[in-house]
Amino acid sequence: MRPDSVKYKTSDEIDFVIIGSGAAGGVLAKELSTNGFQVVVLEQGPYLTEADFVHDEVKVFQENLLTNHPELQPNTFRKTPEEKAVPQRAVAYGRCVGGTSVHFTANYWRFHEIDFTERSQVGPVAGTGLADWPITYGDLEPYYTKVEWEVGVSGLGGASPFDPPRAKPYPMPPLPVKSCGVLFERGARKLGWHPFPAPLAILSQPRAGRSACIHCGFCYGFGCEVGAKSSSLASVIPLAERTGRCEIRPNSYVHRIEMDSTGRATGVVYFDEKKNTHLQKAKGVIVCANGAETPRLLLLSASKRFPNGLANSSGFVGKYLMFNSNARSVGLFENPLNDYKGFAASRVLHDFYELDPQKVGFYGGGALDGRFDYTPYFFALTGLPSDTPRWGKHFKKALGHNFTRTMEIHCTGTSLPVETNSFSLDPDVKDAWGLPALRMTYKDHPDDIKLVTWLTRHALDILDAAGAVKRWSRPIAEQQFSVHLLGTCRMGNDPKTSVINPDHRTHDVKNLFLCDGSSLVTSGRGQPTMTIQALAYRAADRITALARRGDLRS
Amino acid sequence: MHSRRQFLFRSVVSLPATWVAAHWPAALAAAQHARNSAQSGAPPKFEFFTPEQATEVEAIAARIIPTDETPGAREAGVIFFIDRVLATFASDMRHVYLEGIAEVQAKTREMFPGVEQFSKATPEQQDEVLPSIENKTVTTDRPFSPRPRKPDFFETLRQHTIAGFLIDPDAGRAGNRDGLGWKLIGREREHAFQPPFSEYDKGYPGWQPAGKDAKS
Repeated sequence: MRPDSVKYKTSDEIDFVIIGSGAAGGVLAKELSTNGFQVVVLEQGPYLTEADFVHDEVKVFQENLLTNHPELQPNTFRKTPEEKAVPQRAVAYGRCVGGTSVHFTANYWRFHEIDFTERSQVGPVAGTGLADWPITYGDLEPYYTKVEWEVGVSGLGGASPFDPPRAKPYPMPPLPVKSCGVLFERGARKLGWHPFPAPLAILSQPRAGRSACIHCGFCYGFGCEVGAKSSSLASVIPLAERTGRCEIRPNSYVHRIEMDSTGRATGVVYFDEKKNTHLQKAKGVIVCANGAETPRLLLLSASKRFPNGLANSSGFVGKYLMFNSNARSVGLFENPLNDYKGFAASRVLHDFYELDPQKVGFYGGGALDGRFDYTPYFFALTGLPSDTPRWGKHFKKALGHNFTRTMEIHCTGTSLPVETNSFSLDPDVKDAWGLPALRMTYKDHPDDIKLVTWLTRHALDILDAAGAVKRWSRPIAEQQFSVHLLGTCRMGNDPKTSVINPDHRTHDVKNLFLCDGSSLVTSGRGQPTMTIQALAYRAADRITALARRGDLRS
Repeated sequence: MHSRRQFLFRSVVSLPATWVAAHWPAALAAAQHARNSAQSGAPPKFEFFTPEQATEVEAIAARIIPTDETPGAREAGVIFFIDRVLATFASDMRHVYLEGIAEVQAKTREMFPGVEQFSKATPEQQDEVLPSIENKTVTTDRPFSPRPRKPDFFETLRQHTIAGFLIDPDAGRAGNRDGLGWKLIGREREHAFQPPFSEYDKGYPGWQPAGKDAKS
């Protein structure tokens, strides 16, 4: 049940307006309201609750129940800046209270030390802007712990010999192993590698009034109807509302940050459900709209004073877009695994997290996990071997045989930051509100492709060692679509080469902060949301300290 | 709409009492609705197709997932799912179907003079007609990823047929009648499971650090 939350007037100059209620926005709302500040969270999408989270693939995937709608909010795509972008869905993100955390897979391992200092350790990589973070793993460690305990992460500390140091164990044991996890572990151990129980933002035990996972089998892509998935909606947003100082305002599509003549943000302009325009006044503005919509909002907020977009004196707003390279290998086994039961992945492997570029011939590193995340419909479309007929009696036979006997190994890895990979405003295409559409420019760095190609060879070795009767890899192609949207307003100490400072404050506007996937300097090895939330907890501490000493006033 | 919740209550082991209490009224209503629909027995009427169009489309769907020793698209009521799809969220695809039906009929007449409709051809003849309208370059991908830019009749119908065969039978959509699609693939109809999930994880001793049997 939703508590009756506070309501503010748009003319009230509240302390903070937060744009976006997802992984980062939810945490910041909870932390800042708990610290005594008045907060309004403006969310594009509706306020859905557990009763809305149906197992209906048409509603969820075709009608975009939980996500941005490609017809109302079209994207365009091109590979290089020389091309004209064509209309094509390029991104999917959560568009409801809780954002993408409502429907994510919930893989929640921490970044490792190397992710923050890789540039120093491996040197420059040609054609990229690979850089060190201005903060280290040690700076974030307390906040990773906070995510695990407050948002709710199940796992087994110390199970991976490659794990970075941690201050506390996980608050809950890992979820039960799936059959794909047993086979993944068996195969990997035969090869001398070190599989470990997947850390997941899914409850293995009832906690804080929420149910443990019931293994319904509609996990990736779906909202959790029992609140076991640790979305912002299930975890931190109720805490924010309970402070009595935080209003979550759904169906509010922010399209402009208002500035005064002194260069200070005064509030944000948004469309309500009926496309009426409002200005919410605030002393501080925090944008947590994701790695696509955050840079888009800054570019939409261009003005005479900021002709290239707000907070864009560096020219890097929207640039250095990273996805996480990824690939999949598939294994078919003799007997049913019934891996449709439950969440996606129960075992992970980090033996290849740090590869030596001198040895392998490319930069990067990655992770493997044993998983099955198909619903029946998507399995029929994409889960069968490529030599299976696409229809007819042999198709039907393979479908009947393979669904319960299939598992996959998902390979995820680094994406290098390439300057031309970016989000920008499309010059021609408009969305249903008349605003310029999001344009994506992206071409994988060759090392990213080499990395996942290398990883899939090792995934096939695991499937062989586990006793698969047939195994294959899905084709590796240059990416044209992503759900991991990273690096587009990167953090750094130098205002010439970064958009935000280590406090998440934009270099150019004193009371404007950004925190989400856009803040990341490197991509990590595949699962960014845990780090986005740790950054949000840390940002809340920094912003609280700045506000308390009056440092948001110009 | 939420009739699947009735299945949740079969195994409430891990559900807190507060959750059950909060959702009881909706679950009862949904379960009642599901029972009423199942008992009404009257054949649903088409909202978009004419009977003749439905016969043609159903004949194609029945070659995509044929009826053999087990039920196929026809028995699972896929045609009613597709009709609902075109009456609702995919109404922009109607022309793809209408043009596609005309095309497949023209191909049938061309390849088998005297056979006026696809549904009147023998299954063997039908299997010869369909490859002529199939675009083999169409690829399908992961959830949320872009749909093909130019809608292709056979691929659209193929995907709709599969969806109508395999959608959650308790999602409140026409399609996957009696859960026949899930029976074929071995997906149990419940929406809550507990380990062991299969022979492979039965007897798993719990995670242990790599022992001496693993290479270091």
